[in-house]
Amino acid sequence: MSNAIHATINGLPVEVAKGATILDAARLVHVRIPTLCKHPDLDATAACGICIVQVKNNNKMLRACCTPIEDKMDILTETPEIVDVRRSVLELILSRHPNECLTCLRNRNCELQTLAADFGLSWSGLDNIVPNLPCDDSTHSIVLDPRKCISCGRCIQVCQQDQNVWALSFLNRGFETRIAAAGDIPLADSPCVRCGQCSAHCPTGAIVEYDESVKVWEKLADPDAFCVAQIAPAVRVAIGEAFGFPVGSNLTGKIYATLRRMGFKAVFDTNFGADLTIVEEATEFKSRLLDGKGVLPLITTCCPSWVDFMEKFHSDMIPHFSSCKSPHAMVGALSKTYYAEKQGIDPARIFVVSVMPCTSKKSEIIRGKEMSSSGYQDVDVSITTREFARMIKQSGIDFVTIPDEQSDHLLGMYTGAGTIFGATGGVMEAALRTAYFYITGKDAAKVEFEVTRGLKGVKEGSIEVAGKTIRIAVAHGLANVEQVLEKVRAAKAAGEETPYHFVEVMACPGGCVGGGGQPYGATNELRIKRAAGLYNEDHGDQLRCSHHNPYVKQLYDEFLGAPASHKAERLLHTDYHARPEYMR
Amino acid sequence: MKPEDLEVKAAAEIAKQQAFDLRLACCSSTGCQSSGSLAIIDNLRAEIKARQLEARVQVCGTGCMGLCSNGPLVRMVPKSQKEVLLSDIKPEMAATLVDRMVVPALAGEKIERPGGALAGHSLDLDAPFFTMQHRVVLENNGRTDPEKIEDYFAHGGYRGLKRALTMSAEEICQEMLASGLRGRGGAGFSTGLKWDLTRKVQSDVKYVICNGDEGDPGAFMDRSVLEGDPHAVIEGMLIAARAMNATNGVFYIRAEYPLAVERIEKALRQARVAGLVGKNIFDSGWAFDFEIRLGAGAFVCGEETALIASVEGKRGTPRPRPPFPAVKGLWDQPSCINNVETLANVPRILLHGAKWFAALGTEKSKGTKVFALTGKIENNGLVEVPMGTTLRQIVEVIGGGTGTERAVKAIQTGGPSGGMIPEREFDTPVSYENLQQLGSMMGSGGLIVIDDRDSVVELARFYLDFCVDESCGKCAPCRIGGTQMLRLLDRIVDGNGTIEDIKEIRKVAKAMQKASLCALGQTAPNPTLSAIRHFEHEFTERLLPAAPTKA
Repeated sequence: MSNAIHATINGLPVEVAKGATILDAARLVHVRIPTLCKHPDLDATAACGICIVQVKNNNKMLRACCTPIEDKMDILTETPEIVDVRRSVLELILSRHPNECLTCLRNRNCELQTLAADFGLSWSGLDNIVPNLPCDDSTHSIVLDPRKCISCGRCIQVCQQDQNVWALSFLNRGFETRIAAAGDIPLADSPCVRCGQCSAHCPTGAIVEYDESVKVWEKLADPDAFCVAQIAPAVRVAIGEAFGFPVGSNLTGKIYATLRRMGFKAVFDTNFGADLTIVEEATEFKSRLLDGKGVLPLITTCCPSWVDFMEKFHSDMIPHFSSCKSPHAMVGALSKTYYAEKQGIDPARIFVVSVMPCTSKKSEIIRGKEMSSSGYQDVDVSITTREFARMIKQSGIDFVTIPDEQSDHLLGMYTGAGTIFGATGGVMEAALRTAYFYITGKDAAKVEFEVTRGLKGVKEGSIEVAGKTIRIAVAHGLANVEQVLEKVRAAKAAGEETPYHFVEVMACPGGCVGGGGQPYGATNELRIKRAAGLYNEDHGDQLRCSHHNPYVKQLYDEFLGAPASHKAERLLHTDYHARPEYMR
Repeated sequence: MKPEDLEVKAAAEIAKQQAFDLRLACCSSTGCQSSGSLAIIDNLRAEIKARQLEARVQVCGTGCMGLCSNGPLVRMVPKSQKEVLLSDIKPEMAATLVDRMVVPALAGEKIERPGGALAGHSLDLDAPFFTMQHRVVLENNGRTDPEKIEDYFAHGGYRGLKRALTMSAEEICQEMLASGLRGRGGAGFSTGLKWDLTRKVQSDVKYVICNGDEGDPGAFMDRSVLEGDPHAVIEGMLIAARAMNATNGVFYIRAEYPLAVERIEKALRQARVAGLVGKNIFDSGWAFDFEIRLGAGAFVCGEETALIASVEGKRGTPRPRPPFPAVKGLWDQPSCINNVETLANVPRILLHGAKWFAALGTEKSKGTKVFALTGKIENNGLVEVPMGTTLRQIVEVIGGGTGTERAVKAIQTGGPSGGMIPEREFDTPVSYENLQQLGSMMGSGGLIVIDDRDSVVELARFYLDFCVDESCGKCAPCRIGGTQMLRLLDRIVDGNGTIEDIKEIRKVAKAMQKASLCALGQTAPNPTLSAIRHFEHEFTERLLPAAPTKA
């Protein structure tokens, strides 16, 4: 067994594979080494110095997060000296951090605060030195407060390595080191695509969502406003984490009930919009595949960060883009047209709030004039799951015990296909179900297309439809997208057949379940559980194909006419513009 | 060129030089250049020409001769008598120098101490400053023309490489191990071991990197070697490359050393023309070439992982080790990073043999060490002494003490990572271990002398301020610890400190030493801690009077 390492940690024997870190090994023997900068998703940056340990009879202290454990190592993790040094380091970190916990969005949900509490720190003799640095809220999606930053480097790693966006970087050096957009420009002018993964990975309140809950409360209190809510697929399986439910609990009914009690006069579901998106997109796909209208592969566009990324860095792909708006934008447009007409409500009074797992949706709703296709801004405010959880806590509603309710079905009833939109591959799977039907005239015998599922960065596969092989690719995490695009480009340049017919892209790892606006602490383990909550609902649904959604059918019959009709084009579709001025 | 051509070229150059009756070598390193040495060379040439002595007198530039405080220095080497070293020469003195020294010497007159306008400008070459030094690394500095590869040939140049080409990689590593050479950049890791570790890693691409990012305040050993003997460093790298089967060489030199860069560039060009760099080196079929990367002035980029990041165009910040550069270095390829002085030792070890080198120095610290003497010292400049020389010999005998009525209080070695050593410890022989035991370190060789009027508290503050300024900001202990420690020290310097502040300094210092990611943060508290250790009274004297205790 040359690959196994035998060592001891605090006297406990441990066997691990070669390459494992001291931190990995400690976990196996139930030894908890405190960490701060280390995030399970990311490479160790070794920045904080909290996880130090010692090898017996060696003065040197090693970082457990990034030091591979070696054979026969005798590791000590809790000597008084180690604990003292950790405590001093933590005191230092706190001495460069504002004492604003009570008014911080991360209060009671902050890794630094938790660690300080765990250590039971009292005041040190050090001055509190917090540079007077301004917040950057220019993106209206995320807010960067460099004063609260502990320079752990997680956000930068996510932004540069996982997303390949390179909006964030370290500026200056030494004590003046801070995170900002390269060149010290406002984030809004940087390549930032607002995915919010920086905020989801931040251990403190240095990067948070742009909080718009006050706007929502104000409208809910306004008697003239007719407030309408919709919830995204991924929200229902994540919100429970803020209330102590097991990860992945599907709380759709509780959310509907809560929204209604908050004062929303209509409670819709973005899953309905997802079904509608599929009907439009599958129609588009069929016409590109069979009628030769437009180029292949068709690429999905539900994810606004992906759209932003594509417009900035891959605008040659615009012809491949589906013109479909994202599901919540469709529901927004229909709320102020179809629903308003049907209910006889002045659309000017309607205030649409989207509850999304996403920080980017905040920017999407104002990205262009197509986002006001109803004659008004189609979606007025988009809040994240995290903002919604806080609103619930402020609302006086007992979310844990409130009984389930139903949505308002006109724009709220959905099929299993709409539900799985929240997980990477879900859009593809839903689209394949309907495309199969459109091409063959009948439903697939098995509606699960498992090749689309799971957390592999790029999932490739093919399915047979009426003697035709449809090749697909599903990518999540923007850095993974680029290899798919390169393949498409290479084939194009070589005059070869396209490697894919249909490509799904989600900016966030795991898709929307791992969205930048979701509850903190997402790891792959959590993302899988959240996704399972969605797949379970789909599995139990009577209706699992978007084209079978009776309210979608009704919408076409009563209002839109047919998929891709002129009216559908006006309300449900958009266009894209190259923005080459952004540089990585 | 073929290996045998080397001797031919060397002999030709020696013959050429011996055709002259007298050689005037003027320091053309950065320090003396700033005092007009290039004009001196020009003027000397003009005066020689005016007297039609070009065939008899050779005028050239050379590397640092050591006594920088008395520069510009001109070395006059007549064929027939003892050489003379002239100090504090100005360009306008060229005519006098030729008339009063060169012309008489050529006429066979015995040149003793010059009088008249040159009175007081001649240095006593029998003084301990010269006699107690042992120049290995600086052997050619002050004698050869660094801009002429032939001059290097004439002084044994590239013979070490010639020998290395007859040895296997393993044999070269063994030779280095046997020599006992340790890294001169500060940490003192065995060079042979480092090479051997890199050698054992299999890879198609391997880098040898010269770390020319010398950054300690007051240190200029590496600059002088790069400027004064560039071929020795190149030859050292070529030998290193052979020892590790490396494929690419990189010079990382700080941009503040433009002359060093220029000299290396020029030397590389000459070596390429001579067939010693590039394709088919020494006609052996072996190819190896270099690129030069400029450091933008961050002290931390002397740390090897930060240096690699900097060469790759990234932010110059260290990363955790392992993986060590020997396994995963520049562009993720195995890399060996050696300091300039270390590399300059290499050709001499190959030329004279490991045994010769190992005979110099102490049991664990072999060879010589170059120190840059600065501060309150009479003989300000570069000196090279065998390891094992006592600090007292260096400071008081070679350095000549303070040169004033003041007494030497202490020295600071190892720069911002080192510490202060009080005069009472001066009988300690110089070695890596001894200096460490005194709470300091060898470091790269900066040696700053303070006298009894200087405050160690303020000197400690100076070094800490330097480290705070140079911290890359990546890890919390260094980034915040340094700043907080500086605040505490400031309080004491300003007379507002308390005994609690000293306690707090020790606490923060420990966190920095133990939990910082790289040596910059780990060693930044050393000057302060050593100052407290050796001169605690200077700190306590500055504290606020203790609050009266309740009766």
